[in-house]
Amino acid sequence: MRISTLARHFREGFKSVVRNGWMSFASISAISISLFILGTFLILTLNVNQLVEQIESQVEIRVHLEVNTPEDQVRTLHNEIGSIPGVAQVEFIPKEEGLEFMKEALGDEGKELLEGYEGDNNPLPDSFKVTVDEPRNVAAVAEQIKQLNEGRVPPPIFKVYYGEGTVETLFTITKYVRIIGLVLVVGLAFTAMFLISNTIRITIFARRREIAIMKLVGATNNFIRWPFFVEGALLGLIGSIIPIAVLLFGYASLVDASRFNLGLMLIQLVPLEELAVVVSGILLGIGLVIGIWGSLISVHKFLKI
Amino acid sequence: MIEMQDVWKSYPDGSHALRGINVQVDRNEFVYIVGPSGAGKSTFMKLIYREVRPTRGQIFVNGFNLEKLKQRKIPYVRRNIGVIFQDFRLLPTLTVAENVAFAMEVIEAPRKIIRKRTMEVLELVRLQDKASAYPSQLSGGEQQRVAIARAIVNNPSVIIADEPTGNLDPDTSIEIMKLLEEINFRGTTIIMATHNKEIVNNFRKRVIAIENGVIVRDEMRGEYGYED
Ligand SMILES: Nc1ncnc2c1ncn2[C@@H]1O[C@H](COP(=O)(O)OP(=O)(O)OP(=O)(O)O)[C@@H](O)[C@H]1O
Ligand SMILES: [Mg+2]
Repeated sequence: MRISTLARHFREGFKSVVRNGWMSFASISAISISLFILGTFLILTLNVNQLVEQIESQVEIRVHLEVNTPEDQVRTLHNEIGSIPGVAQVEFIPKEEGLEFMKEALGDEGKELLEGYEGDNNPLPDSFKVTVDEPRNVAAVAEQIKQLNEGRVPPPIFKVYYGEGTVETLFTITKYVRIIGLVLVVGLAFTAMFLISNTIRITIFARRREIAIMKLVGATNNFIRWPFFVEGALLGLIGSIIPIAVLLFGYASLVDASRFNLGLMLIQLVPLEELAVVVSGILLGIGLVIGIWGSLISVHKFLKI
Repeated sequence: MIEMQDVWKSYPDGSHALRGINVQVDRNEFVYIVGPSGAGKSTFMKLIYREVRPTRGQIFVNGFNLEKLKQRKIPYVRRNIGVIFQDFRLLPTLTVAENVAFAMEVIEAPRKIIRKRTMEVLELVRLQDKASAYPSQLSGGEQQRVAIARAIVNNPSVIIADEPTGNLDPDTSIEIMKLLEEINFRGTTIIMATHNKEIVNNFRKRVIAIENGVIVRDEMRGEYGYED
C-alpha cells in the first residue's frame, strides 16, 4: 500500500470519529465503563492472588510430640518425615527452644509468667517444623505424618497442626474470584462489542451511499475496511486509556494511603509499577480488539455489492 | 467485449426483469438501450458492472466471465467500467474536484497523477471553474457533468450511462451528448439507457430495444421507435 493511501485511511478514520461526535462518545463510554469494571476486577484478582501466595508461603506443619519421647525415636521420626514425598524441610525444635520462642512472643509480661518453667519443669513438648514444597499438598502430607503413629506404642506424635481449613478456603476463594472475573470479562467484552458495532452501524448507515459508490468505482473491500479499522482502533484506544488512567491513579492513592494500615496487618498490595504494566496491557489489548472488531463487524454487510 | 449468453434475471419478489438476453457489444461501439419503463433496461446495465447478478446465463466483460470470477477480482473488472448514474450519486460532503479524485484514490493512484488527471477531466467536461464548489451549489447539468468526469477519470474501456440526460433541458442534454460522443471517439465503448427520443433520433447509433425483459429490436443507426 502507498504511504499516501495509508495516510488517507488514517485521515478518514480520524475524521469519522470527529464527525460522528455523539456516536463516538457513546462508543467510547461503552468501552470505558466495561473496561473500568473489568480493570477493577483485574486489580482485585491480582491482589488476592498475591495475598494467597503470601499466605501459602507461610503455610507450615507443626508436629508436636508426646512429652518424654525417647531421643532415638525422635531421630527416626525426623528421618521418616523427611522422606515423605512433598516435604521440603524438617526442622527439629527442642522444647527449650520452644520456650524461648514463647518468651519472645509474649514479651516483657511473659517473662514473669514463664518464670520457673526452664529445664526439667518445661511443660512444652519437642516439635518438628515441616515445610512442604507445594502448599496444595499440606493436607496430604499432614495426614501421612499422622499415620506414622500407627503400629507404635505408645504413639509418639501428640498432634499435627497446619491451619486446617484455611488453606482449603483460600484455594476456593481464589478459584471463585478467577471464575467470576473471567465470566465478567467475557460478558462485558461482548456487551461493549455489541454496543460499539451498533453505534458504528448507525454511523455507517449514513455512509452506505459512500461505500456503495466506492465499490462501484472499483474499491477493494480492504480499502473500504481500513478507515473503519482505524476508527475502531481509535475508539478502543481512547476507551481504554480513560479507565487505565483512572484505575492506576486511584490505585496509586490507595497504595499510598494503606501503606501504614495494611502494613501492620502484614498485607502487601501489588506494587503500582508491576500492576500498571499488566493492567494497561490487558485493558489496552481488549479495548483495541473490541473497537476494531465492533467496527469491522458493522461494515461487513455493506461490502456485499 | 461485452457479451451476454441467455441471461435471465428474476428479482427475489418474483418479477422477471430479463428473460433470455443474448447480445454482443464490440469495442468502441455506442449503444442506446431503449424501451418502456420497467422493461429491464437498468437491470441489463447493472448486470454489466455486477451490481446485480443474473439468475441464469453467462456475462463476459473484457474477456472475463463475471459468473466465474472470484469475488475479490471484481473490483479490478469494475475499474474498467465507468458508471454514470441517473441520480448522479455524488458525495455531498466533497467538492467537485474531490468527488472526481475520489474515484482515483480508491484505486490507489499516485497523488501527483490524481491531481493532474482530475484537472484534465474537469477541463474536458468544462467544469474547471467549479472545481472547489460543492454538488449542492451546482445546477443539474453541472452535477451530471461531474458524474461523467468521475466515470471517465480512470480511463475505463466501457462507460455505462443510465439515462444521463434524464432530467436535463434539451440544450444541456445536447451538450452532454456531444461530450459522450467525444469520449466515444477517443476509444471508449458507451452503453446508454435513455427515454430521450430527440437524442436517439438526432445522434444516430446502434439501438437495442428491450420490452418485458426481451430484446425486441437491435439496429445499427436505429430510431427511438416509441411515442413518448
Ligand atoms: N431491486 C429490485 N427488486 C425487485 N424488483 C426489481 C428491482 N429492480 C427492478 N425490479 C423490477 O424489474 C423490472 C425491470 O426493472 P428495471 O429497473 O430494469 O426497468 P427499466 O427498464 O430500467 O425501467 P425505467 O425505464 O423506469 O428505468 C421492473 O418490473 C422492476 O419492478
Ligand atoms: Mg431504469
